[in-house]
Parts: sequence; C-alpha cells; structure tokens
Amino acid sequence: MELEVNDQSYEIQSDGETPLLWVIRDELGLTGTKYGCGVAQCGACSVLVDGVVTRACVTPVDSVIGSRITTIEAIEEDEVGKRVVDKWVEHQVPQCGYCQSGQVMAATSLLKETATPSEEDIAAAMTNLCRCGTYNAISAAIHDLADETKEG
Amino acid sequence: MLDKQEIDRRTLRSTAPSNISRRGFLLGSAGAAAGAFVLSVGLPTRAARAAGENLPAGTRVPAFLEIRPDNTVRFLSPFNEGGQGVFTAMAQIVGEELDADPATFVVENAPAGDDYKVMGPPFGRITGGSMSVRMSYDVMRRLGALARRMMLQAAAESLEVPINELTTEPGQVVHPASGQKLSYGELARAAMDLPVPDPDSITLKSPDDFTWIGKPVERLDVREKSTGKAIYSIDVKVDGMLHAAVQHAPRLGLTVGTIVNEDEVKAMTGVHSVHRLDGAVAVVAERWWNAKRAVETLDVQWNDPGADSTDKRYMPADFSTEAFRKRLANETGNGTTAEEEGDAPGVLSKADNVIEATYFAQYLHHAQLEPPSTLARFNDDGTLDIWLPNQAPEMFQGAIAKVAGLEPAQVNIHSPMLGGFFGRHFLYPQANPYPQAIALAKAVNRPVKLIWSREEEFLRDPLRPMAAVRMRASLDGEGMPEAVEIISACEGPTEANFGHNPDSVDPTAVEGLSGKSYAIPNRRIAQAYVQNPATLAYWRSVGNSMNDFIYEAFLDEMADTGGLDPFELRMRLLKDNPRLATLLRHVADLSGGWRRGPFEAKDGTTRARGIAMASPFGSHTAAIAEVSLRDGQVVVHDIWETIDPGSIVNPAIIEAQIRSAAALGASQALVEDTVYENGMPEARNFDEYPILRPDRMPRVHVGILESGEKMGGIGEPGLPAVPPAIANAVSHLSGKRVRSMPLSKIAFDS
Repeated sequence: MELEVNDQSYEIQSDGETPLLWVIRDELGLTGTKYGCGVAQCGACSVLVDGVVTRACVTPVDSVIGSRITTIEAIEEDEVGKRVVDKWVEHQVPQCGYCQSGQVMAATSLLKETATPSEEDIAAAMTNLCRCGTYNAISAAIHDLADETKEG
Repeated sequence: MLDKQEIDRRTLRSTAPSNISRRGFLLGSAGAAAGAFVLSVGLPTRAARAAGENLPAGTRVPAFLEIRPDNTVRFLSPFNEGGQGVFTAMAQIVGEELDADPATFVVENAPAGDDYKVMGPPFGRITGGSMSVRMSYDVMRRLGALARRMMLQAAAESLEVPINELTTEPGQVVHPASGQKLSYGELARAAMDLPVPDPDSITLKSPDDFTWIGKPVERLDVREKSTGKAIYSIDVKVDGMLHAAVQHAPRLGLTVGTIVNEDEVKAMTGVHSVHRLDGAVAVVAERWWNAKRAVETLDVQWNDPGADSTDKRYMPADFSTEAFRKRLANETGNGTTAEEEGDAPGVLSKADNVIEATYFAQYLHHAQLEPPSTLARFNDDGTLDIWLPNQAPEMFQGAIAKVAGLEPAQVNIHSPMLGGFFGRHFLYPQANPYPQAIALAKAVNRPVKLIWSREEEFLRDPLRPMAAVRMRASLDGEGMPEAVEIISACEGPTEANFGHNPDSVDPTAVEGLSGKSYAIPNRRIAQAYVQNPATLAYWRSVGNSMNDFIYEAFLDEMADTGGLDPFELRMRLLKDNPRLATLLRHVADLSGGWRRGPFEAKDGTTRARGIAMASPFGSHTAAIAEVSLRDGQVVVHDIWETIDPGSIVNPAIIEAQIRSAAALGASQALVEDTVYENGMPEARNFDEYPILRPDRMPRVHVGILESGEKMGGIGEPGLPAVPPAIANAVSHLSGKRVRSMPLSKIAFDS
C-alpha cells in the first residue's frame, strides 16, 4: 500500500485495518499526532485528509489510500496552517500541549472551509477536548484569525 | 560519537578541580539544599565528578546551566513542565540574576540527583503542591547571580581590568570605560575554570530593577507545542524497541489464571510474545496497535484469591460507589479533630436553630490527555534507562531500582514533558506502568515501550477521594455564624498512599474545611477515617478541590438561613482580615459589582451569580460565577476570579493557570463522576466519562492582586473557589440547594 503523507509517498507494511494514527506514529515515526482515547472522542489524533479534519484513531489506513494526508509536522507548509500556528503562538494557547496538534488541525480545517466562520461554525468544528482548559484562548485565536480575514 | 576534543574535555573535567558541585557554598545560602553548578561550552552536562565529592561511580553529576557558544542557555530544571509554565518561570528567575534573556533559554527536566532537591526537606524535589516557584525562588535567583559573577570574573581576567569596572547587559559582559564587550558564550569556557564564588558575596537584584520577573514573558514551549514538536514520554523511541500493551485484571487483587486462547493470540499479526504479569497480561509486538489488538483478544480467566491474599488494596466484587457513598454518609463517629476553636459542640448542643446538612464530593479521574507509558531499556553495562511521565524523579528512581533489582545510581530517569498531570504522575503503589515495562524489557531482552490504552488507564487511575461531610452550624441573633462543626468521612490521598496514622488527621483530607479565615468563634473540623477499597490520589488542588465546595456552599446556606446576602456575610466574617476583604471586593469589582440576581440577561435568559473563596497552597482566591438553566441543565456563562498570590513571576502564566483551573473546577462541578459498580468502573473512556467540552466552557475573567505578601502557589489555587461559586449561583437560581457534584446528575426545573 502506498500512503501519501505530507507530500511524501510511503510504502506501508501495516494491515489495512490499522488505524491511520498508528501507521503515522509507529510506522512513519511522526509522533506529533497524538493518541488520547482511540475512540474519536478527544480529537488529539486529528489530521487532514484531503484538507478535511479527520480523527485518525478510528480511520483504517486502507480507507485513505490515494488521499493526501497532512499531519502537524507539515502544517506550517500550508498557508492557512501557518497562520493558525502563528496565532496559537501569539495567543499563547498551549499549556501541556498534548491536544494542541489536534486543535491546530481542527482550526486549520475549519478556516480552509470557512475563512470567516460564525460562532456556530466554530462551535461545530472545534470539539476537541483539552484537559488544561485552553478553550478561551483557542476561541480568541480563531476569532482573531476570522477577523483578520474579514478586515484583510 | 565523541570526538577527541570532547573526550579530552571530559577527562579533564573528571580530574581537574573545577567549579562543579561546590555544594558547600550553595547549601548554606538559602536555608535549603541547592544545586551543583557547572558552566560548559558546547558540551552536554554529564558524568562529571568533582574533586572531593563522594559520588557513586556511574551516576551523572548534575548541573543546572550550560552556556553555549551561540549564547543560548541550557538549563536543567528541577521541576517538570506539564502546562503550568514552570520552565518559563525558571528561565525568568535564573535569567533575571544571570542577566540573560529568558527567550535564550532551552529548558529540560533535570535527571535524578540530590543536587536538584532544591526545595529542601521534606519534599526535596517534586513537581506538585503548586510549590515549584515559591519553594525554589531564592535558590534559583542565587544560582543565576553566581553564574553572572563568574562571567564577570572571567571577563575581568580576559580583559585585564578590575572586576568592579565591569557590568553586564543581557548575555554579555561590558566594560563601559573601553567599550569592550564579551558575550557569555565566549566567556563560558574560562568561567568554567573558576571556583564558584561565595554565595554570601552575592547581592541579589532589587525587585525594582527586575527586567523579566513580574512581566508577561512569552512561554518557551508554545511554538513547539503548536507544531507537534514537543516530545512526551509516549513519543520517545530508541533503537530496537518493541511495543507493549496490557489487559489489567478487572479488579485489583485478582491474579492471572488460565489464558484460554494464548496460541491463537501468539499467531496474530506482529505479535512477539504473550506475558503474565502481576494482575495483568501483556502482549509485546512490533507495533503498539498489534499489541493492543492482541492483548484485548486474550481470553483470561482471572483468579480471585480474596482480600486476605494481599497487603495492597483489593477491590471487592460487590463494591459500588453508590453504596460506599451511603456508607460514608452514615458514618456517625465524631472523628479526629483537625482544627478547633471555642466550643462548637457545646454551642450547637444548646442552640435551637441548628442548620444541618450532609455534603458530598465524588470520585474523579485525572483524565490527563496523555495516557501513561513507560519505555525501559536495559544497557549492556547493567544500567537501566527509563522514560516515563513523573512528578518526582528521585522517588521514582528509588522505586524503579527496587523493582529492577538495581542500585538507584544504575537507573537513569528521563522525564519528558507531561501531557497533563494534575497529580496523576506521582508514585502510586498500583497505578504506574513502570513495573510492567521493566518486567517485559527483562523478559524479551530488548527495550520495550508500554502504553496503557485509555481503557486500561481508567481501570487503574487512582481517584480523587470521595467524601461525605456532615455540616452543622448555628447563628446568632443577627444571622451571623456562631458555631460550626464539620466532620468529614473521608480517606485522604496522603494516608491512602503512605499509611494511615489512627492518631492523626490527614491534612490533605480536610484542607479547605480547615484553614478557612472566616471569624466564626466556635469551630470544630474533624476527619472520620473510612478506608476506601479504591486506590486514591492527589488531584489538582487535592483536598481543597472537594472541601472548599462543601464549606463555601454551606456558608451560603447559613447566609440564606440568617437572611444575609452571601457577599455581605463573607465581608462581615472578614472584617478584621484586610487582605481577604480586599480580595473579595476586587472580584466583585471585576464582575462589575456584586449582584446575586436572579436577573434577565440580554439574551433573555434568567441568570444568577454565586460567590466563593478559597485559600489553597499559600495563595488566596475569590470567584464569582454567572449561571442560567437550559433544559434542566446548568449553563455557566462567566467566571470572574481574582487571585492574590502575594508576589508574582509571570502574570500571563498566572492568568492562563487561573483559566485552566477554572475549567477543571467547572468540569468537576458540572459533569465528572467516576462510578464503580460490581468492583469495576462503569466508564473506561471519554464517551462514558465526560470532561468539560469546549461548548460548555465559561468565559473566565482573571484578576491578579499582588499584595506583596509571601509568594503563594499558582497551578492549583484557581480551582477550589469555582465549584462552590457555580453551586451557589445554581442554588439561588433554582431554589434547590446543591450539596453534591456533578450538577449534571441533579434535575433542575428551567
């Protein structure tokens, strides 16, 4: 199986039903994508599949063969992703940081789809859990990004 | 690989007298054991032995600072970073006196070693109790000042000028008379050959001259955490490593019996081997997913040798939290007194207006987002390298050495960043994966990384204690509390893990019931110890996380019974305590002036506000929560919270920590509850154990009041006032008194 991750092609040894998360982490050695629950509850494993945020812990790798996978390691190569990261730094969003790869992916996906999301759009898209409670900072960062787009 | 130059340097350093570990100087300096100290050039600090120091062979001589040729400062922190911002705070404190911009610091958690026990006895070195900064502040400042002095001395020699003609600018020594400048990176090698100055010769800066302490310096770890580059224990890799997963016995105390399908599982994809462990089975595999799949497939018949078979905690098959809650509530003993003033029982026995209620705190999971893991690697020289999330490297080193059959000095503890901790990563007898990882690495003779799945974590996570607290109070003719007696039926986390002393109270069971500042003339606070079958743990803000909820909610009951506004009652009880009265007024002002409601908000909802206070970990907080009810459930719209931590290091980090603690406080108040039935937790993942989701997060408005009093803690103090502020608002709005958490399990009419 050939898997395309961050514009690189990999020959994958794992079984087709292996979750994308564990292929990325253990086979490709990209550990920025995190394991938190394994049941698509927390969102720490979020990656982009063809630009759309996807919870990799419940995504069989054979279901995304032929798709473009983007992980946090390459997020700054994406124009929107770069803006999100910079805004995360500006707002000093992360605390322990463990969920933040997923949060950045979710925010990037949202803003790629909707450059100026409404409050409802944000609430619907930003559902990843954060035990440190950085939700206020995440919200402020996304509003800031949306406002910049509106003004720009 | 070492190049020749590096080997030469090491040889030199291991024999030549140098500045390393001149602990005698530092020890006497701040009344606490301080750190060894080395400056080096482009060389990781390691394995250096100072002349005259009796250190066991093979241990790394620890050091704090390395100044590299590029002028970056590598600092080995005694405290681990898990989101609380301590790496940045340490860089600010050391950088302030060293005169080096904290932004030039690269901070890592130090290895185990006596030199890092900078807190002094009894703690030595732990990352917990909101103690890191306040307990090491003086020592760390002095460390930075000593380093600066050595830079000045080296520059004086190099420039051949008197030292008193020199000064520093960030990262460099300056000779104003000649305009010459030498960077710390240039000076570091020469500075390394100088003896550490006598700490008594060092003058610390006046706070008026601070450049970085007290300022909202940006955190050092934010970009790496926003780009997936931060490495947690779960991410660590070593060559030749295998992966492991476990299936725990459904109840503590059970042992492995027959494995029905072992051969079938051994044949599964990627499986290396199947193992029987103490109360668990494990699969080692080439990849973790294969290990997890296989271990979950194992069909194990567990044996139950009974409670008498073990001196550790044993979970009975009939244990349920509901029954245990009743057991605690029915505890009739008067308990052991923790705090007493006047004669509360006597006053209450004569009073005709006694207010009585039983309050409850529930079991909670830590639910830190990074599941526990341990990577163990035995080396050819008999040493063990081990990577694991931990809040106390030396304690773990000792325990790991015992399990591995090694001397502590043979155990190299690596403590990567913590993916949240909240008290989860202390040494708990039955709740850390390292014994399993060690057993597996030994068995397969290869490095093994064991990760507990979320399900296995929730099965073994030691819990925030449960409590049933009997509250009794009487009021005087003006509605002011005259007497209060509080008896908590509870087992504290300290006695649960380190042993119960029948003659004394576990302070971590009663803190937040005891230690309140309200002027109530007759008080008795007591603990009635009831041992739990469940394993117990510290949880963010420990006893205060349950007890301030209980005390402050009951205080509102007193206010309502006495016909006093809750804010007014608190102000009156604090009339002789200007610090707390100021704090209370501050949070009221922050919220736009105290108003209890109910009132109609702009969006048409009917809302009310509640207020509460807490004084945990040397700091003081006051919080106001604004709530409404929607479909019978509580909505928390806003929380205003002011903290007075005495004096501060980084206001931006404090603000973030108050927000974080408020979120966790709201989470336990609104949704969290660990429920056991038939000896097992009902929830094994986040689908059944909810934690606060973003759509329920209140806006948190933070006030910081720097009173100038002794420095208090930051990481935990923001939590305890939040649940009672919410509960008091809800009680007032709904007319239904809230005496337990979570509120999601109480039906309200909206």
